[in-house]
Amino acid sequence: MSGDHEGQSFEERLAKARGSAGLDRPAREGQAQTASDSSAMRLAMRLGVEMVAALVIAVVIGWGLDRLFHTRPWLMIAFVPLGAAAGLRNVFRAMGPERKG
Amino acid sequence: MAGPTIDALSQFRLTTGLGPIGRVVNFTNSNEMMLFAVAIIVVLFLVGMRSRAIVPGRLQSLVEALYEFVHGMCIDNIGEEGRKFFPLVFTIFIFILLGNLLGLFPYFFAYTSGIVVTLTMALFVFLFTTGVGFYVHGLGFLRFFVPEGVPGWLLPLLVPIEIISYLSRPVSLSVRLFANMTAGHVMLEVFAGFMLLLTASLGIFGAVASIIPLGLNVALIALELLVACLQAYVFAVLTCLYLHDAVHMH
Repeated sequence: MSGDHEGQSFEERLAKARGSAGLDRPAREGQAQTASDSSAMRLAMRLGVEMVAALVIAVVIGWGLDRLFHTRPWLMIAFVPLGAAAGLRNVFRAMGPERKG
Repeated sequence: MAGPTIDALSQFRLTTGLGPIGRVVNFTNSNEMMLFAVAIIVVLFLVGMRSRAIVPGRLQSLVEALYEFVHGMCIDNIGEEGRKFFPLVFTIFIFILLGNLLGLFPYFFAYTSGIVVTLTMALFVFLFTTGVGFYVHGLGFLRFFVPEGVPGWLLPLLVPIEIISYLSRPVSLSVRLFANMTAGHVMLEVFAGFMLLLTASLGIFGAVASIIPLGLNVALIALELLVACLQAYVFAVLTCLYLHDAVHMH
């Protein structure tokens, strides 16, 4: 077996292994990807809205609480990372693996 | 500056309709289009279902296809309980669909391009789903904000994140529809404005060259037809998903 590998370069063996594992997509797939650019664009836009929406809500909550407790600007600052995390949570929920059927 | 300029945003200006009566009660062109859309929907369904044929004609097929499409969407996304929410989802879907499609006609106002309209609908959906959650699960619905399998000391951090994520739903729901419709209409107007600018500045050559923005506009109209249907679908599907969350809590 190992003698078989001696004649081939590392690149050739890697390509073969990747091919048999299905890691290398054929070139045709790349073209299809550019064709679906507009739908990828739409997806990016959708996820962008999800992230920004959570951030906006968090900032508004922080700002409101600041007005309530006269602690400007500390609660708003504290809520920004929370909002960012919630935005990531939104994106993950939209695209993540545990998609329910 | 003399000559035509591109004024892409004036198409979204609200004016009052229905003469002096409309001016008094602030009845806008947006409201006019809403009534028009509702009239089309009602007439379509009354006329379409009048014959009640076993082998449907064209109109009846259209009506039945719409009905079954939304019905399937409810069952698939909410589950068997989805039947109860079918009227709501169907109303939202067809109202937005008609608004998007009618807005594509020249001189018609696209009421879904107003953030007030979309935010109102999104807030209604948000309040309704929250109400359904509390109605079905009682106070147990609050457990929706507590992720499962998480160590207790992380909860003070994670519960606010979940709540913010939940509160951001109406914002993303409304902004998505509003932004898509507004962007599409602005693009159409800008390319149409190019034609006027070219003709005004280059004369006959400009008139010939303006076939390029004209072609782009034709392609854009096709894209906008797709976006109009897609955004109505997305709004309805997300309504279904939120209802699913409210009914099943996961």
